[in-house]
Amino acid sequence: MSQDKDKAQPQDPERREFLTTATGVVAGAGIVATSWPFIASMNPSSEVLSKATTEVSLTGLQPGAVKTVEWQGKPVFILHRTDEQATDMDKTEGGKDPQKDTSRVKDPNWLVVVGLCTHLGCVPQRKDQGWFCPCHGSVYDNSGRILKGPAPRNLDLPPYEFIGENKILIGKAKA
Amino acid sequence: MANKIMAWIDERFPLTNIVKHEITDYPTPRNLSYWWNFGFLAGFVLVIQLISGIFLAMHYKADTSLAFDSVEHIMREVNYGWLIRYMHSTGASAFFAVIFIHMARTLYYGSYRAPRELMWWTGQILLIMLMATAFFGYLLPWGQMSYWGAQVITSLFGTVPFLGDEIVVWLRGDFAVGDATLTRFFALHYLFPFLIFGMVAIHLVALHMVKSSNPSGIDLQAKDNIPLHPYFTAKDFYGLGVFLIVFSLILFFRPNLFIEPDNYIPANPMQTPAHIVPEWYFLPFYAILRAIPDLVGGVIAMALSILLFAVMPYLDRSKIPGGARYRPFYRIMFIVFAIDVVILGYVGAKPPTGFLITLGQICTFFYFALFMLLPFVSKREEKWLRAKGLPAEVEALIASDERQREIQRKEALRK
Repeated sequence: MSQDKDKAQPQDPERREFLTTATGVVAGAGIVATSWPFIASMNPSSEVLSKATTEVSLTGLQPGAVKTVEWQGKPVFILHRTDEQATDMDKTEGGKDPQKDTSRVKDPNWLVVVGLCTHLGCVPQRKDQGWFCPCHGSVYDNSGRILKGPAPRNLDLPPYEFIGENKILIGKAKA
Repeated sequence: MANKIMAWIDERFPLTNIVKHEITDYPTPRNLSYWWNFGFLAGFVLVIQLISGIFLAMHYKADTSLAFDSVEHIMREVNYGWLIRYMHSTGASAFFAVIFIHMARTLYYGSYRAPRELMWWTGQILLIMLMATAFFGYLLPWGQMSYWGAQVITSLFGTVPFLGDEIVVWLRGDFAVGDATLTRFFALHYLFPFLIFGMVAIHLVALHMVKSSNPSGIDLQAKDNIPLHPYFTAKDFYGLGVFLIVFSLILFFRPNLFIEPDNYIPANPMQTPAHIVPEWYFLPFYAILRAIPDLVGGVIAMALSILLFAVMPYLDRSKIPGGARYRPFYRIMFIVFAIDVVILGYVGAKPPTGFLITLGQICTFFYFALFMLLPFVSKREEKWLRAKGLPAEVEALIASDERQREIQRKEALRK
C-alpha cells in the first residue's frame, strides 16, 4: 500500500530519474569494460605474434621456379622470374585491380606474394604463367595480379627486405 | 509406494500436472500425417549428437599437433570408438536431413503463417545455430577439408566493411587458421548444443501455445483433437523405427558416405586440395556464393538465401487455409523451389566450369525470384480461388479467422 502511494507521487522525480540513468550508465560501462579482456583474449596471443617474421634463403632457386615458405602460418610464394617473365609483366597492368609490376616487386627478378587467394583464402596452384585457385577459379599472372575469377584484389604483398646477397626477411620492412 | 512418492513430489513440484498437460493429454490434431514426425526426430538426433559427442570429447585432443591422430586413436584403439565417431558424423548428416524435411513440411503446408510466426523464427534461429555447430565440429578432425573449409568460411567475414580483416584475425586468433582456432572451435562446438537445447525448449513452449498445425490448415476444434499419448507417441515411435533403420544402414554399411576422402589427409596450411567442397548440407548455399562473380555480393546473396525464409509469413499473403494442397500456384512454386535447391546442391558439389557456372547462376536467380514473386502470386491465387468458388465452410473459416484476429488485435491494444 505504501509502495503504491510512493509510485503515485514520487518525491523529487528528477532526482529519481537521474539516479536510475546514472546507475544504468555505470552498469553498462562496467559490462563493456569487463567484456574487453574476453574479446581481446581471442586476438592472436604474444606467442603467435612472436612468429611474425620469416627469414628465407634464395640460393638454389632456379629462374622460373617457385618456392613456398610459411610466414605467420600463411604460405608465401617466392617466384624467381626469368628476365623474359619480368619484361612480360612490366608490359601489362593486370586485370580488374590494375597495378604496375614495378610497384609490386623490389627486384624485377623476384616476386614475393602472400599465397592466399584474395577471394576466400585458398592457396592458388602454379599453372602456366601464373596461378590458378582451385576453389573458385581465380587466375593470377606472374606478378600475382588478378586476371579472371571472383577474387577482388591482386595477391597481397607481405612486407619484406633483402638482407644480404641471397636472403630475404619477410614480415619486417624497414621504413 | 510409487504413488506415495509421486504425491510427495506433486506437493512440491507440479510433475504429474506437467506430464499430463504437456505430454500425455496434450491435444493433438487427429489428422497429422507422417510429415509431422520430423520435429520429434530432430529432437532425437539432438540427443544422439549430445551423447556421442560427450563420449568423443573424452578421447579427443584439441591441439593441432594431436587432433588428427587423436581421431585416428578413437577410430582404432578406443573401445567402440569407431562406432561412436561414425554415429556422430552420420548423426550430423541425419540432423540436417531431418531439419530440411521439417522445414519443407512447414513450407508446403504453410505452417509458418499466423499465429505460428514465432515457431518459424525460433526454428530459423535453431537452423543457424545448427549450421554454426556443424561448422565448428567439422574443423576438429583437422583434415584437409576441415582446415580449408574453416579457412574459407572465416574469410567470408573479411567482407565486413572497415573491420573485415581485423574480425577474421580475431575469429581465428591467428593470421591463418591455427592452433588457437582449433581450440576455440572445440570449446564452441561443445557449448552450442546446450544453447540449441535451450532454444528447442523455447520452440516447444511456443508450440504448446499455438498447438500443432495440420494438413487441412483448419484450426481443429477440441473435439477433433486427440491426446498425444498413446496415439502420436505410437506414431512418433513407429517413425523413429523407420528412421533408425536408415540411420543404421548408413552407420554400419556406408559410414564414409558423407565424409570427404581428402579429410583423411592431415591439414596442410601450405596446400589447398585440388577441389574443395563443403558438406552436402551446405552445398546449395555454397553454389549461391559462387554464382555471384563479386565477393561481397556473393556473401550477401548466401546470407540472404538463408535469412529470407524469416519473412515468409509476410511474403505469403494468401488467406486460403491449408497448404500447397489447396493452392495450385503455390504448389508449383514449392516444387520448382525444391528442384532448384537440388540442382544448386549438384552445382555446389562440382568444380566451377563452363555450363555449370551458368546453371548455378540461373538457379540462384530462380531461388530469389520465387521469394520475390510470392506476395503477388499468393494474393492473385487467393482472389482466383475465391472467385472460382470455395466451399462455404472454408469461406466462413477465412471470415472467422479474420474476425478472430481482429478481436485479438483489439484486445491487445486495450491491454
